[in-house]
Amino acid sequence: MFDSGDTAFKKLNTINRRMFITSAAKAIVFTGIVARLFSLQISENKKYLTLSDKNRLREWRLPPVRGKFLDYFGNVIAGNLKVYQLHVVPEQVENFNYLMIRIKDILQLDDDQFSKIIKKKKSQKPWETLIISENLNWNQFSKINFYLHELVGAKPVLSVARSYPFDKAYTHVLGYVAQASEDDLINNETIKKNHVPGLRVGKIGLEKTFENELLGTNGVRRYEVNAYGKRINQLDYQEGKQGKNIRLTLDTEVQKFSNELLAEKSGSISVMDIYTGEVIAMHSSPSFDPNLFLYGISVKDWKEIRQNPLKPLINKTISGLYSPGSTIKPLVALSALENDVISPNQKVRCTGKMEMYGHKYHCWKEKGHGLMDLRNGIKQSCDIYFYETARKLGVDRLSETALRFGLGETVLKGKLENEKKGLVPNTKWKKENLGSGWVLGETLITGIGQGYIQTTPLQLCLMTAQLANGGFKIHPRIIVEEGQESLEIIKQKMAKSILAEKEKTYAPIRKVEELFKIEDIKYPHLFRNPENVKFVLDAMFASTNEVMGTSYSSRIEDQKYQFAGKTGTAQVKRITEKARELDLPISQIPYEERDHALYIAFGPYKNPRYAISIIVEHGGTGSSAAAPIAKKLFKLIIDRHELREKIKKQNLIST
Amino acid sequence: MFQQTSYTDQQTFFQKVRSFDYILLLCIIIIGIISAFSMYSTDGGELLYHSKSHIVRLLVFFTMMILLSFLSIKFWHSVGYLFYVIVLGLLIWASLYGITASGSQRWVSLYFINLQPSELMKIAIIIFYAKFYHRMQISNVNNFTNLIIPTATLILPILLVASQPDLGTAVLIALSGIVALWLAGLHIRYFVYSGLVFLVSLPFIISFLEPYQKLRILTFFNPERDPLGAGYQIIQSKIAVGSGGLTGKGFLKGTQSYLEFLPEKHTDFIFTLFSEEHGFTGAVLILLIYAIMVFRIVKIGSGARSFFAKLFCYSFAAAIFIYITVNMSMVLGLLPIVGSPLPIMSYGGSSMLATMIGFSVVMSAKIYHRQLIS
Repeated sequence: MFDSGDTAFKKLNTINRRMFITSAAKAIVFTGIVARLFSLQISENKKYLTLSDKNRLREWRLPPVRGKFLDYFGNVIAGNLKVYQLHVVPEQVENFNYLMIRIKDILQLDDDQFSKIIKKKKSQKPWETLIISENLNWNQFSKINFYLHELVGAKPVLSVARSYPFDKAYTHVLGYVAQASEDDLINNETIKKNHVPGLRVGKIGLEKTFENELLGTNGVRRYEVNAYGKRINQLDYQEGKQGKNIRLTLDTEVQKFSNELLAEKSGSISVMDIYTGEVIAMHSSPSFDPNLFLYGISVKDWKEIRQNPLKPLINKTISGLYSPGSTIKPLVALSALENDVISPNQKVRCTGKMEMYGHKYHCWKEKGHGLMDLRNGIKQSCDIYFYETARKLGVDRLSETALRFGLGETVLKGKLENEKKGLVPNTKWKKENLGSGWVLGETLITGIGQGYIQTTPLQLCLMTAQLANGGFKIHPRIIVEEGQESLEIIKQKMAKSILAEKEKTYAPIRKVEELFKIEDIKYPHLFRNPENVKFVLDAMFASTNEVMGTSYSSRIEDQKYQFAGKTGTAQVKRITEKARELDLPISQIPYEERDHALYIAFGPYKNPRYAISIIVEHGGTGSSAAAPIAKKLFKLIIDRHELREKIKKQNLIST
Repeated sequence: MFQQTSYTDQQTFFQKVRSFDYILLLCIIIIGIISAFSMYSTDGGELLYHSKSHIVRLLVFFTMMILLSFLSIKFWHSVGYLFYVIVLGLLIWASLYGITASGSQRWVSLYFINLQPSELMKIAIIIFYAKFYHRMQISNVNNFTNLIIPTATLILPILLVASQPDLGTAVLIALSGIVALWLAGLHIRYFVYSGLVFLVSLPFIISFLEPYQKLRILTFFNPERDPLGAGYQIIQSKIAVGSGGLTGKGFLKGTQSYLEFLPEKHTDFIFTLFSEEHGFTGAVLILLIYAIMVFRIVKIGSGARSFFAKLFCYSFAAAIFIYITVNMSMVLGLLPIVGSPLPIMSYGGSSMLATMIGFSVVMSAKIYHRQLIS
């Protein structure tokens, strides 16, 4: 039994020796595993913790809520409407085709809409939300909810969409929003940062200008998801910040009325406060409904807008360039007076035409006005008188005055895209741009607002405002912003600017001090002699309120509403001698060849506050087509005045 | 001497109970409890199918192990060959009529249990070798003729298991068999020779591998190759373990497993789950318990008088060690993914049955350590 002989001993010896070797190996390997655990769990813990969080946490970004646009009185003019939408995340749907067919059935989509959705799905990533319908009506929404248990993966969502309650009234000012395009993302960091599929951004107008303020920030929902991407629970919800509300200086009532006044016509109306520079209305006609663009405009609607010969897509108030016609005459008169070229008593005999260097220049009144002085020249808009005045004045001095009063420069300083500068010609400009010398005949027609000179309706409005306030520079604006000055302060500063000038003249020693104070002169006077401005304003009063005045028939005698203005009729083509002889009534001239009708005015005359400019494209004469509109418009503007003043005080305090 | 032998042969029941190895028993119980909680965690913190049946198996097989421990070591010696033959028979049966699941035909249906004979073979081969070398003179061990039977009895089950296909278990059987042979005293040169032969024939072996097996090996060398496909398991397992940190994410709070990023978390990746929830501390603790277990078995082996008991204990300790390290290395990204359960911890009846049988033989070797086998 106990053959503990040599071999048995050797056998035990071997196995024990080998057991020790294996035991040592085991210890080493175990240590190795501990080392590996250490490296994974201690040394690289952070890395794997991040990876683990990346696995399980998903963020869902919610579309930001866009800031609203308010009018001066706080009415919402671009707001957010609650809409019911239907979303599907294709990745989370087991049988997508079945689901789509059920949805198609329930919502009664036609084949066209259906194939559009299928196309959209193909262009997206499977985990991106597919918006089946942007705007379900209540009936569809409740139906979807009723069948929801059959529609696994479909999510009815309450969302917001842009709405423009006064559809056509604000289109050109506000612009519109539509789905962000590739370009929008590339050009605007803020959009890129807050982008979610289906995000609407401003495409044009103030919606575009103030995109960054309006946009707001994303709400973020963080979910824990499992390996299959299913949301397990919501960890945290960070509410997005709504974009800033922006208050405009515009008055919806005036804006809406402007739209009515220009209905069926092509043209523009601008209204401005002559002291604060607040734009009270700026409307371009015809307009279109910006709500059409929200869910992608239909081909038919788009075609209709684009092919309309009255060009609704152009904001004529700032992008339309027109010869000012006779509306430039007050400015020509002022320039001539300021430069001492003529005196108000200067007499010119109008015979209906004059000749210079072999060219004939006609007055609009064929028979002639007879003997005219400056006041009558403006009042009756005598062309011959202004040919003569312009000849004496010269184009360079005229252009200087015109530039000073805001022509040839944008009014809103980039607040709206596509604002045109217009053109105030002078000899230097012609030489540089056309390469030829200025011709005297060109000076003559510039004096009646024809030829090279081009202005936007808003520029004419500003020009009128700066005349009406006594000849002071103002700062037009369309947004209610912080730090705006009250009317009293503005008037004080205007008065001060004259004083400063006087002191400068009488006390040259103080000049250095004045240099430091130069910023104070925010509302510099634009005249040399205030009497000259008064004279021009009086002449404009005559033009509207005295017999023989060109807009006499549109006058309002009630002093509360009484206004003063100047008509203008801008030729769109040279009138041939033959046409002049024919003297066709307007209805017989082809539409594109009819004259533009213009009118500028300010009121109430006794204590002016508002300036307007009206243009009716191809409307005929200013006195027949434009001035009557002013009459209606002034009634409303003055009626709104008190309310506006009340709100003005609130706005000054609240902002 | 004779008296002493007869004395040990006739231990009273109380004496037998007293000579149980309580340290080993404690290790088994602790691992068992830990595994029950881990299984509870894989079920998402509920007592569901996996945790329930795991706990039932633990109780049944643990009781069986205690009962079988009272069988004398002589008994295990006497049934050594028979046990191997039965398991081999079951293996052949499995390859002919076995139940196929997830592309592998590895189960045989006994009325009460679906058995995986390949798991039992891990133990059977060790018992077979222990008996085979028990009586053999050391001088005869390295006789060429005496090499034929051990080689054949090892290669036959390996081929059968590999063809199921179940590469993992085949490798484990091979490794534990080889360690047993080496402990038995086989000359080192045979291992070197066969190692060389293996290397030379490796290309041929690879050509026999299933495409998915080749992929796994490729994936092991570069898991990022296909992060959502074959490399997914390794990457997710490493993330789970690594994100556990020092103290872990807490019981039932392992996000990787709870949110189903972790594959096979009941079986092969149970250690991953545990390490995620209990961190470095927990993982090292469990490793420590396993180490105590392994070295305790070695200790029992060295205390046994019979060569059979000694060789079995040493080999079984080495086998358990191999299962543990292969499994852990695999989930820690040190070895390719091959199916290899962690003893006791992993879900799986056959594996637990085999392990428990092994423990009862060890326990028997402890109780009857004075017994000599003629």
